[in-house]
Formats: sequence, structure tokens, C-alpha cells
Amino acid sequence: METNRKIKVLVTKPGLDGHDRGAKVVARGLRDAGFEVIYTGLHQTPKDIVNTIVQEDPDAVLLSILSGAHNALCPKIMELLKEHNIDDVLVAVGGIIPEEDKEYLKSFGLSGFYGPGTEIKTIVDFVKNNLKR
Amino acid sequence: MMSTQYDDLMQRLLQGETRAAARLITLTENDINAAETIIHSVYKHTGNAYILGITGAPGSGKSTFISTLIQKLLKEDRKIGVICVDPSSPLTGGALLGDRIRMKDMFSSDNVFIRSMANRGQLGGLSRATEDVIKILDAYGCDIIIVETVGVGQSEVDIFRSAHTVLVLLVPGLGDDIQTIKAGIMEITDIFVVNKMDLPGADRKVAELIQMLELNMNYKYKSHEINKNVLTTEEWTPEIIQTNSITGQNFEELIEKIEKHHRFIQNQGIVSNYLRNRIKQETLQILKYKLIKKTENMFEDNSLIEKLIAQVIEKTMDPYEMANSIIRLLKFPVKDRDF
Repeated sequence: METNRKIKVLVTKPGLDGHDRGAKVVARGLRDAGFEVIYTGLHQTPKDIVNTIVQEDPDAVLLSILSGAHNALCPKIMELLKEHNIDDVLVAVGGIIPEEDKEYLKSFGLSGFYGPGTEIKTIVDFVKNNLKR
Repeated sequence: MMSTQYDDLMQRLLQGETRAAARLITLTENDINAAETIIHSVYKHTGNAYILGITGAPGSGKSTFISTLIQKLLKEDRKIGVICVDPSSPLTGGALLGDRIRMKDMFSSDNVFIRSMANRGQLGGLSRATEDVIKILDAYGCDIIIVETVGVGQSEVDIFRSAHTVLVLLVPGLGDDIQTIKAGIMEITDIFVVNKMDLPGADRKVAELIQMLELNMNYKYKSHEINKNVLTTEEWTPEIIQTNSITGQNFEELIEKIEKHHRFIQNQGIVSNYLRNRIKQETLQILKYKLIKKTENMFEDNSLIEKLIAQVIEKTMDPYEMANSIIRLLKFPVKDRDF
């Protein structure tokens, strides 16, 4: 009754990728599911993203990448999170991730991999069911 | 001092650890009991930060303005905290917090801490926890804390009791001179900023503001004749300035005006008056929150309330009488620590 916990999600666009229609649709969908969603806008460096995670303390981070640079950017983000001793945040990737890269990204603790055509409800349920705290 | 589950976080907060500050803010936002315990430990470490409130209509450029202001205020040994409040959906409770989009250039600085908050249904332009978050950032070591309210209409004046200096952003072309004589945010402003000064109508906006302020002075002069305490040398006349947040035009002058107001409220007793008033208002706010919660709880599954409702339906009682009956029923147990 006294607690008023809300799931807080960070939606962000790493790297030099100008396509944020998908990220905006997801952000809006999560908002409608009752989440508090922070959207950072485009062109975030891994350091920007991790600084934002440190300050905003979200429950989940959704990285939207369509540029093909996921194998470079995502591991870097996970590395920086480790440096900050942050291990209780769900980090998921969406956008265009080829099948053959998924295992590699999974080895860094990344999950999700939702591409075009995914229903919002799938992402909402995924976030709700995979929170780390 | 009583030990609590937050001792470790508290200690790290006082050492200036960013992640500890962020986690304490989350706890404070989510749980009023946690907030109470945390503020109990934090409170004695507060009072060092200068708190700047920024308010204005949606789209008046608050976030971009703040981004430029931070760049101008930032110095080597200065920590700046920013709290951005955006509205929660009244339907789902969700929120889209988008103020960071305009503050991109600030993300990589270790001296700037930005926190986005949803107002979680609270009216007044801030959220319940905003006041607590200000205290946590103060204890964390921020020298300046900038609070951006929800994009306001006309009566969201809560920032007035939280900030030392309140800036209201206006833009040319929105509303005519009658807007400036309405009650509400126009009365709580320390500095009027006519942002987007490159748009047509900026000079006219300034003229309207000057006119409004002259009327205010006239009014205060008349009150002075009735009550000698009203108009004193301590009266602040709001400043007006035009800015362009994209080019940074006039920001040096703006900062001078903010510093002028800072010096002004530091003078002769104004600070202590301000502080007493702020504590009064804040305590009232906490009381309201607690009393309303307690009353709301009573309404849940309470056979007595149901009986009273039945009487009101039968018209043997009216809603005022029902309210009085409930007030007589309220009991307030408090924790020993409270006294």
C-alpha cells in the first residue's frame, strides 16, 4: 500500500545509428504498459549509456541497434557496467541482429534480440519476467 | 544513531559515490517508509546546495535551456545536480521521460548528475519525492541543484517552496497581456526568461512583463500604506531577460541575475525567513500526504464507512456530517522516534 514501485526502463540508441522509429514505438508501448521509460535520443556512446544507467538506476536497459555495430558496442557497454559493479540491471538488445551474432552477444550477458515485427506485448512480458531485482 | 539497512548506502553517498546516490533516490521514490528513514539520516548533511527552479509551459525550451545553463555554470570543482520531472499517465501510471534527449552533451561529465522523475500523479508540477531527492543530491555534494518541473499550465507553483531562485520560461507569441495579470506562476517568479528570443514578439513579451511588474509595484505601495510591514527594502523586483538557448546568447547576463538574487536572499534575515517558510510548507505537504493516505485506507473495506454512506443515501446525513464523523474516528499512532 505504501510502496509505489514502478518498473523503470532506459531505451537508448548506441552508436552512429539514426533510425529511432522502432525505439520510439517501443518506448511508447512500454509507457502504455505502465512503465516509466527514459528515452535518451540518438548517438549515445557506451560511456554515455553507462553514465546514464548509473544516475538513473533503471531496472532494465533496451539497446536499439540497426547499424550493424552491435558486436563492437554491446560488449563495450557490458564491460563498463562490470567496471561499475552493476549486475542487477537487465540489458536487452533490439533492432537488426543477425542470427549468427546472437550467441556471441549472449556470452556477454545480453538477451532479448527482438527484431522488426515483434509485438509490444512480447517485449513487455520479456522485461517483466526477466528483471534482476 | 539508529542503524538501518541503508547505512552502507548512506556512507557511500556521503563519500560522493554516484551509484549510492542513484539507489537511494530509487528507494525514496518507491517507498515512503524508506524515504522517511533515509531522510532521517541525510537531513543533517543538507543545506549546502543552491537550488534553482525552472518552470514554464510545455515546449518553452526548459530542457535545452538547462543544458546550456549547465555548460555555462560548470567549473572544475563544481558539481551540478539536475532533477527533471515529467508527467505520469493518469490512465496507466506509465511515463515517458524525455528530458535527457536535450541534455546529451552533459552525459559524459562526471560533475553533472541528471535524474529523470515521473510526477506519479501529484499535482503542482513536482512529484512527492522531489523534495527528498533534492536533499539526497545536496548530501551527495552537489553545489547547485537545478529542478525542472513538469511543463506547467498556470497554477503549478510547488517549485516556489523548494527552490531558492525560481526562473519562469516564457516564449514569444504565446498568450497576450491578459495572461500576465492572471494569478499563479507569474506571482512566484524571481527571474522571467523570455526564451527563443530570435522569434518575433520577444520584445513585446518583455514590454508586457514590465507593465505587469509596474502594476505589482503600485499594488505593493498601496498595501504598504495599510500595513507597514508589507513593503520593505527586502522586496525583490523580478528581473527580466531574453535568451537564446541554442546560441547561448545572454546567458552570462542571466547568470549575473541569478547571482544577484542569490546575494539578495542571503542578506539580512531573508534566508532564515525563507527557510522557516520552506520547512512549514514542506511539513504541511508531508502531513497532507500522510493524512490523505490514512483516510483513504479507512475507506477500504470498512463496514462503518458503508453504514455512513447508507445514511447519506437515505438523506439522514449529509456529506459534511459524514466527513466530521470520519475525522472523529481518525487516530494517529506515531513511532516513538518521532518525539
